[in-house]
Amino acid sequence: MLPERTSNPLKSFRIGLAQISPHLGDVARNIQKHLEFIAEAEAQDVDLLVFPELSLHGYYLEDLVAETACRLDDSRLEPLLAASESMSILFGMVEESADRRFYNSGVYLEAGQVHHVHRKVYLATYGMFDEGRYLAAGEHLRAFDTRFGRCGTLICEDFWHPSAVSIVHADGADLILGISSGPGRGVSGESQDLRSAETWHNLNNLYARMCTNYVVYCNRVGYEDGVNFWGGSEVVGPDGSVLVRAPYFEEALVTAEISADALRRQRSLLPLLRDERLDLTYRELRRIYRGRYE
Amino acid sequence: MKIELRTDLIAKARTALDLNLPLTKEILHSFVRNEVHKFGFTRAVLNLSGGIDSALSAYLAAGALGPANVLALLLPYRESNPDSQADAETVVEALGIPSKLMDITPLVDPYFAEFADMDVKRRGNVMARARMIVLYDQSVAFNSLPLGTSNKTELLLGYSTLHGDMASAVNPIGDLYKTQVRQLSRHLGIPEAIIEKPPSADLWPGQSDESELGFAYEDVDHLLYLLVDERYRSEELLASGFETQFVEDVTRVVQSMQYKRRPPIIAKLSQRTIERDFRYPRDWGR
Repeated sequence: MLPERTSNPLKSFRIGLAQISPHLGDVARNIQKHLEFIAEAEAQDVDLLVFPELSLHGYYLEDLVAETACRLDDSRLEPLLAASESMSILFGMVEESADRRFYNSGVYLEAGQVHHVHRKVYLATYGMFDEGRYLAAGEHLRAFDTRFGRCGTLICEDFWHPSAVSIVHADGADLILGISSGPGRGVSGESQDLRSAETWHNLNNLYARMCTNYVVYCNRVGYEDGVNFWGGSEVVGPDGSVLVRAPYFEEALVTAEISADALRRQRSLLPLLRDERLDLTYRELRRIYRGRYE
Repeated sequence: MKIELRTDLIAKARTALDLNLPLTKEILHSFVRNEVHKFGFTRAVLNLSGGIDSALSAYLAAGALGPANVLALLLPYRESNPDSQADAETVVEALGIPSKLMDITPLVDPYFAEFADMDVKRRGNVMARARMIVLYDQSVAFNSLPLGTSNKTELLLGYSTLHGDMASAVNPIGDLYKTQVRQLSRHLGIPEAIIEKPPSADLWPGQSDESELGFAYEDVDHLLYLLVDERYRSEELLASGFETQFVEDVTRVVQSMQYKRRPPIIAKLSQRTIERDFRYPRDWGR
């Protein structure tokens, strides 16, 4: 018998999105803010609380990257680890590796431990973004098992590469955890919505439907040097329906119920995952790869 | 290959520049609140000229911080158009913000007396910089941050005085083209007379922005939008039928005025030089 794609089916649970405005480069104050949102989420019986990209640091750090980066064994993280005994937590930070590289990481805490780390693969380095100047790029895209089922973390620009979503999907993630420091741009009257918000809502909807997955998107708010981060964090169900959406521009804690039954229903109605041809995808990618690199 | 026609490009620019007004207002209110509060201030101060740009900054600041927290400085020179002061007073009254009227003549005339050969441009720049001195000094007295009143069109064209009216801590309107300033001003209820009057720096009698620049704001905004925001190349715009002289003049001015939009250049000697490789955000630790 062939091994099962996933041995850890999705369970029903309550997810919380902590849409915060971090203080730029002030880790101590941001940890305090995390603890306040954790306390509020605990009062609302949240099982997994998600913070935005670089929630511990803020976004436009520039040379502050090297000065404020934390190792995963940094004692300042202890209160967050302690909180994760009862509630799982995903947050963002500048992670300093053993060989002194700095990564834009999504750190998943569970049962008092660092359970998984995703290092942002696609560093945004163009236009208003300059991540590649200061940060090292991650080398892995992996789904991972949690007490709620199999998840995959992606960070902001990772989401703009459908291959990244496809890989964690193929790796068995039923829940995609997207964290972001998404700046708000585009205020033309052509649209009712902020242009960046419209694009993200489209992406989240598309990926949820195509993967028949839950897609979680936690974006930050606040301003850094005049740039606004628009918020609008949301949980999108496997049928593309928006289960909850946070307000724009304001800090908020919103929650949603992740339902194992809803996932099963959608995959019964629309068996995209059943029909997915990983073998064919692999063969064709291998052919393309050989033609290009060998 | 099909070439985009000039009329189509202008229509495209017009549509794109047409603002989502409630959203723009929300972002700019929240911008002013955030960037003022995070530096430990609750108040702002600005020079109110009687023109549309400073009126818009005043309306945005009053909406964001509350009218009592915005101080307007009215700083006429003896040759200033009296209508400018009257229009500024209309704004002060409409918003119910505190204001200070101070004639800058005694500040600048003794200096002018030393240099009889000064042309109007030099005199205008001195006046703009005298107003900056008052703005920054009053910002301390009012325990507040100085607000900017330069729009994107004038910043791109360098049509403003370095260390004069360009000086501020926080500028809510610097990413709005002049035509967008007009849209948002209407949306916020700025008196029509201020929106409609011909734009002027009022640094000498009869001065007019559009005659000095040599083109209408609406036309240059469309061109700047295509060049700056959409990154059209000049050749593409010329092929579409834009007038050569117009495109050349505007691209040349944008380039030649770049120095005004950057801090002074520093001779690099050390390992880490300010701006070059000593890079920190302005909101460091905020």
